[in-house]
Amino acid sequence: MAAIELERLERRYGERVALGGVSVRVEEGQTLAVLGGNGAGKTTLLRVLAGLLRPHGGSARVLGAALPDERWKLPAQVGYLGHEPLLYRELSGLENLRYHADLHGVAHSRLAPLLAELSIEDRADEPVRDLSRGLVQRFAIARAVLHDPPLLLLDEPRANLDPAAAELAEPLIGRSSGRTRVLVSHDMRGALDESDVALGLKNGRPVPVDEDLYR
Amino acid sequence: MIASARTILRKDLLIELRTKESVPAMVLFSITVCVLFHFGRDRDSLDGALAAGVLWVTLLLAAVIGVSRLFAAEREQGGIDGLLLAPVDRTSLFVAKAAALFVFLTLVELVAVPAFGLLLLGPGLGSAFPELLAVLALGNLGVAAVGALVAALAAETRAHELIVPLLLLPLLVPVLIACAQATEPLFRQEAVAEDLGRWLGLLSLYDVVFVLLSVAVFDFLLED
Repeated sequence: MAAIELERLERRYGERVALGGVSVRVEEGQTLAVLGGNGAGKTTLLRVLAGLLRPHGGSARVLGAALPDERWKLPAQVGYLGHEPLLYRELSGLENLRYHADLHGVAHSRLAPLLAELSIEDRADEPVRDLSRGLVQRFAIARAVLHDPPLLLLDEPRANLDPAAAELAEPLIGRSSGRTRVLVSHDMRGALDESDVALGLKNGRPVPVDEDLYR
Repeated sequence: MIASARTILRKDLLIELRTKESVPAMVLFSITVCVLFHFGRDRDSLDGALAAGVLWVTLLLAAVIGVSRLFAAEREQGGIDGLLLAPVDRTSLFVAKAAALFVFLTLVELVAVPAFGLLLLGPGLGSAFPELLAVLALGNLGVAAVGALVAALAAETRAHELIVPLLLLPLLVPVLIACAQATEPLFRQEAVAEDLGRWLGLLSLYDVVFVLLSVAVFDFLLED
């Protein structure tokens, strides 16, 4: 069974078409690289796949759930790492992770190994507002994977991470995680190297992935 | 649903405890209004209908501040996305937000009602206090249910600070009437619990209707 099947997917903001005619198929365990310039529709696509935005046309099936009618099936299965870390600034990193663990019904005992894996256990009690962007991104990665989702939706996941941190995050969100991934990136070469399928977007429309993509 | 509502409520109370954004502002506003009335009126003290009206208008206007800030953390820090990405019933968000607002209002009244009694009320609060507590509790429940609904409606709009009072205050007119009418006899020189049952019944009915209505429509408010 395909993990993601999109057929002429369409999404509008008012009259403006943010996504149109997007068709792609991603098998379980594969990585889809979504490439394109600013405003191409990459984040909109991720939000539709996460069930946060309703598609306005075409068909979308994610992990067997037809969107938008069956999007209630998705939350437990999707790990979403977007532009916003989805962490409360006034709470500590650990309090944020406990909060999300409670919402997902995950035992708190899962958190300590996760923090250790990302090497953030020493900073877990500090308020998120006091942390650097790189550390916030590490906590956001922990939040996205704490419920062990089979599908990861990643929007520039290595933004703000130094090489050592990116290496620490690799087993959780990288190819070696074994999860199905949708990876939005501006690094065309890097994204293509770690993907099985590639989708180029320009003004919300699919285009070939080549050097003209960003022109 | 109850477990996730408790989780969200605990988070909201912890954030309020750390930021002190809503409750202190609501308390300060209430006391300021009492002080303004204290110095601005041309009578020594208030009683009866006027006292009840001043108390409830003050509390409802203070509630506007709390409702405006109720979804602030969600709006500014992506918390709604975080909730929609979790396998929780969206009703739990409504229950948690209404409960948080109920707690905020209760904390405000712990300070504002004695301040009102001290600065403005002629007869004193003592003898009618148990009846007043019942009116305050039912009033708070109604304000909390409507407030959580209006806050969610306004959360994703750019002009949320304008929308909140414009929607909230008209919806709270029945609460104001019932609470003021129930409180009026309690604030007379000879306090009596006249018609209290009738007005508490009306308040309870309002509370039930708005809790049910909010639960029914809350899911749709979070749709994109």
